[in-house]
Amino acid sequence: MKAITAENIRKSYKNGKETVEALRSVSFSVDRGELFGCIGPDGAGKTTLFRILVTLLLADEGRATVDGFEVVKEYPEIRRRVGYMPGRFSLYQDLSVQENLEFYATIFRTSVKENYHLIKDIYVQLEPFASRPAGKLSGGMKQKLALCCALIHKPTVLFLDEPTTGVDAVSRKEFWEMLKRLKQQGISILVSTPYMDEASLCDRIAMMHDGQFLKTDSPQNITRNFQQPLFAVKSGDMFELLHRLKKMEGIQNAYPFGEYHHAVMKSGMDTEAYLREHLAESPDLEILPVRADIEDCFIHEMQKH
Amino acid sequence: MKEQFLAFVRKEWFHIWRDKKTLFILFGLPVVQIIIFGFALTNEIKNARIAVVDRSRDALSQQYIQRIEASRYFDIESMLGSANEADAEFRKGKIKLVVVIPENFGSDIRHQNKTQVQVIADVSDPNTGTTLGTYIQAITADFQSDINQGQKLPYTIQPEVRMLYNPQLKGAYNFVPGVMAMVLMLICTLMTSIAIVKEKETGTMEVLLVSPLKPVLVILAKSTPYLLLSAVNIVSILLLSVFVLGLPIAGNLALLIGLSLLFTITSLSFGMLISSITASQQTAMLISLMGLFLPTLMLSGFMFPIENMPLPLKVMSNLVPAKWYFFIVKAVMIKGVGMAIIWKETLILTVMTIVFLALSIRKYNIRLANH
Repeated sequence: MKAITAENIRKSYKNGKETVEALRSVSFSVDRGELFGCIGPDGAGKTTLFRILVTLLLADEGRATVDGFEVVKEYPEIRRRVGYMPGRFSLYQDLSVQENLEFYATIFRTSVKENYHLIKDIYVQLEPFASRPAGKLSGGMKQKLALCCALIHKPTVLFLDEPTTGVDAVSRKEFWEMLKRLKQQGISILVSTPYMDEASLCDRIAMMHDGQFLKTDSPQNITRNFQQPLFAVKSGDMFELLHRLKKMEGIQNAYPFGEYHHAVMKSGMDTEAYLREHLAESPDLEILPVRADIEDCFIHEMQKH
Repeated sequence: MKEQFLAFVRKEWFHIWRDKKTLFILFGLPVVQIIIFGFALTNEIKNARIAVVDRSRDALSQQYIQRIEASRYFDIESMLGSANEADAEFRKGKIKLVVVIPENFGSDIRHQNKTQVQVIADVSDPNTGTTLGTYIQAITADFQSDINQGQKLPYTIQPEVRMLYNPQLKGAYNFVPGVMAMVLMLICTLMTSIAIVKEKETGTMEVLLVSPLKPVLVILAKSTPYLLLSAVNIVSILLLSVFVLGLPIAGNLALLIGLSLLFTITSLSFGMLISSITASQQTAMLISLMGLFLPTLMLSGFMFPIENMPLPLKVMSNLVPAKWYFFIVKAVMIKGVGMAIIWKETLILTVMTIVFLALSIRKYNIRLANH
């Protein structure tokens, strides 16, 4: 039995007079014990998808199951089993760390003691602040507490909607390490993130844009299947350089990428020499052949659609 | 179930307890209202300052003056030599009224069975002036009948009006029940109406919904702390009215408290209903103020008598829970009647409560509302 299945999920909202299509026919499945990532920018429809799966919203069309239960009819079963951490910090700000945790444990008819082993690694960092109101924690600490609260009833499937948004780099890294450990405990995890660099930490990812899954595969396969030659280009005048790159015939796409611009070449135009020839006037030119990462693939897929 | 319920009540209690400003309002409001209504907003006039011109200076005039002084309506500010001096006192605004006792006051009464007293009142505020005049007349009539004791007067008709339930015509008899209805309704409805909406607004509802909690449990657990708070308020209002305002409780205290708790539950369930159907705290507060506070003030019979209203308003007033509670409190607290008289009102409140509760559980959204 799969942890999550979704078939042709559609959902649209009325925004004044116009209808916004938040999800256009999304289908996918998550295996047991898998760490599945939904990667996409804000407004891609990640939160809507999560809310449909955790039974908070009804889809217009399509079917979905979580842990073998149908999301519309058998919602009470799902609500008993899953752990859900919404994108917005949703704990009681005026309750202390410990009070929040105990409250969530009790309403799920368990106790902190019973499942302490699940949250132990995370909670030890929170313990010094056990009596501090949740509203006064730092961003990273808040997310760790929210994760503890979502885990305290030993869920079979864990839904984490952008858990690392607004969290510092160190905390983000720690957070992902925790997810890996949870996965080892047999918990299936669906996580969403706008950060491309986090994609490689998932077993499989879905690249999501404008209410659709562009591609679903393991991050390794996705980067491996990127066929076109790719170069990182840098010069003394980056703005002018991008302008030039975009005008060149042999280049399919060019976009800023960190310190460099990435230039995706059309097939058969695979020469550094071609670039050097056309960019000869640019000062301090630097050209490196690079391997595509998830962000390159994402941009590439978006272009295709 | 029981542990979930208790944990939820505890959590709600923390929310209330840690919000000191709101807590202060919750407990301060009833006290302040009782004190304001008891001492400031009243149409009784107490301790009005007056002057007396006693030209007679005999035993009877002294008695008469003492009688005036003894009433709690008047304080004698000064004894003047002549009525002319009164003019200056009036202008200074020191006094409201002058009583002029003529020469030979005592002997005229004794020998001619007849005398006159002159009362000059400052009627720049017509209500105060007339009321004070009436008080003086009443005191004088009283004094007259006292000195006439045992004597038979020819052909006098004395209407003997008995003021039932409130012989001293105290305003408190009317406003204490009114304030109780208002305070309980305000606290219970307003506070609970924002209780569920607040969770929707802050996003905690999202997590609560994805849990095994049943709607009925959420609603009951959210109301419980307010029920306890209201019980404290009921007791403090009753204590204040008995010991500070001197209002006796004629009826059964347990019955009064029991029925007040019933009204509390009615208000709580109405608040929950508002909370279930609104999406923001602001809307919820507006609805509870416009939809409940104003009708309670105007249509419960507390401020304006329902008997004088046009038919549509009379019909509407039946939908206001406070109207029925106001009747119950007046009946039990002041007239001292029992369940036999007020069973109908009690039944109406009970039915209202059940309807509100059922509706709020039905309308409780088990999913997030579409944007």
